[in-house]
Amino acid sequence: MTAVVAVEDAGREYRLDGLSVPALRGVTLAIEPGDYLAIVGPSGSGKSTLMHLLGGLDRPTSGRLLLGGRDVSSLSAAELARQRNQVIGFVFQSFHLLTRTSARDNVALPLIYRGVRRAQRRKRAEEVLARVGLAHRVGHRPNQLSGGEQQRVAIARALVTEPAVLLADEPTGNLDSASGEAVLSLLEELNAERGVALAVVTHDRQIAARARRQITMRDGVIVSERANP
Amino acid sequence: MSIAEAWRVAIDALRASRLRSGLTMLGVVIGVSAVVMLVAIGAGAKQMIEQQVEGLGSNLLLVVPGRVDFGSAPTLSRMSLSDVDAITRIVGDRNRVAVSLSSGETVRVGTRSLFTSVLGVLETTPRVFVRNIGKGAYLSRSDVDTSRRVAVLGSSVARTLFGERDPVGSQVTIAGVRFRVVGVFAPIGQSLGVDRDDEVHIPVTTAQRLFNTERVDALAVKAPDRASLTPLGARIVAELRDRHPDTEFSAVTQEQILGVLGNILGVLTGVLAAIAGISLLVGGVGVSNIMLVSVHERTREIGLRKAVGARPRDIALQFLIEAVLLTTIGGVIGIALGIGAAQIVAALTPVPSLVTGWSIALAFGVSAFVGIVFGVVPAQRAGRLDPVVALRSE
Repeated sequence: MTAVVAVEDAGREYRLDGLSVPALRGVTLAIEPGDYLAIVGPSGSGKSTLMHLLGGLDRPTSGRLLLGGRDVSSLSAAELARQRNQVIGFVFQSFHLLTRTSARDNVALPLIYRGVRRAQRRKRAEEVLARVGLAHRVGHRPNQLSGGEQQRVAIARALVTEPAVLLADEPTGNLDSASGEAVLSLLEELNAERGVALAVVTHDRQIAARARRQITMRDGVIVSERANP
Repeated sequence: MSIAEAWRVAIDALRASRLRSGLTMLGVVIGVSAVVMLVAIGAGAKQMIEQQVEGLGSNLLLVVPGRVDFGSAPTLSRMSLSDVDAITRIVGDRNRVAVSLSSGETVRVGTRSLFTSVLGVLETTPRVFVRNIGKGAYLSRSDVDTSRRVAVLGSSVARTLFGERDPVGSQVTIAGVRFRVVGVFAPIGQSLGVDRDDEVHIPVTTAQRLFNTERVDALAVKAPDRASLTPLGARIVAELRDRHPDTEFSAVTQEQILGVLGNILGVLTGVLAAIAGISLLVGGVGVSNIMLVSVHERTREIGLRKAVGARPRDIALQFLIEAVLLTTIGGVIGIALGIGAAQIVAALTPVPSLVTGWSIALAFGVSAFVGIVFGVVPAQRAGRLDPVVALRSE
């Protein structure tokens, strides 16, 4: 099986005042279709940098990044944007919803950049919102929704393009434990029922323990990779 | 993303912050309305002057002492009726020659009196200039030849002195001398700032006696056609110089008067439009500034859009369209306000306004252009934002 997203011996350096600071060194990781993995590690361990690479928001300064089977070093910025749109669905800790825009139009946003017509976009958005249990909230704006509901809108937005992988960066970090549990359960259901790969970045050991694979990072390298029982 | 989609996204973004969009537009609105209004007033003034000069009559030569050079001091008039006779011989037709000798005098009827412009003229005046008689008749040749004390009143003079009564046949006193009214002009309005209904015509010979002078102030000749204007003018000037070697004379055509006035107005309109253009430029800088602030404020939105698949050019296009929308909507509002302001000015002052198609097209084009020019930098900056940095920003 080909990995939906893979990094091979990937490094990422940042230049600060002429000094190069490595954030990631020689990381190799593949996310297979239907995978469920957790990436854990302390702050500054490089897990967010790895997440950005896996999502195609950034490019490695050494090694390779394969997105949907294509080496991103050969892609232009526009082609990389297209790959992001088709392969990846992002879920962020702080939701990143457009504040003055309804839940329906927030969810439909990625389809604009895919060239889907407005009526079709809205129909798809409503279907996905129904799937995440927000059929009654399609016309609401983010400030009219609870934190858990906002994150479910964000999940619907990630899902609307039918991506191969959902990348969730601390998806429960801004939620109380009950809403956090509901959001995580929803992600797991989607992983199980739709076969969409799920990668969750977290520093919560309990959440990490629920994934099938657990990757631990420290100082820009993967220090352990193990299957959970 | 299609262009139509980019427009929709841009409109949504502008609607989301209405107050800021409105304030940003304001600079463009003021600039465009100022341009439209000032150009309209300039064009209206020019048209008014053209109509008035042409309304005097066609193929006219105005002969005056001195050089036509709006800055030089006028010389003392040296023309007399014998000069007029000499010019009439050159022209070959007395009906094509008109003269004037003017003075401000008090005209009295009973207890009513009026200070007005009294012109000594030949009976040919209505044939040279466009002047219509409302009541009675104009002066006759024998009135001129025999220096009769008869007068033709301007319509506003007649109204002031006689009210609704018919003045023809009545007596008026001009500078203490009794005159009989033989006619009243039909109303004609203003010409070059002079109220031409506020004047009285009397025979030039009578006027010379009344004002105790031999002089004639000005002379006008109606050429048979346009082509003979210049040669005729040259011959008249040459004749006058022969007769008065110490004085300059000039013969000017209506085109020359229009040319001089048009140049003055053109420069004035140009300066005003340039000032208005500067305010439009300042409006454009305002748009650019607000767009930069907007890009900065919406960094997270840009990051998110990029994360879900927006290409750099999708983002740049969205911001560019926002800028162009701001300036073109501002431009349309400005055009409407400018037309309104020009009409208010036209209603409240004697200066008419003429809204021309080209000034509207120019104002609209310039405002769209300003949007593009001042939108490009913010748009490019937005398009180039690094999504990782953008998503992390607060």
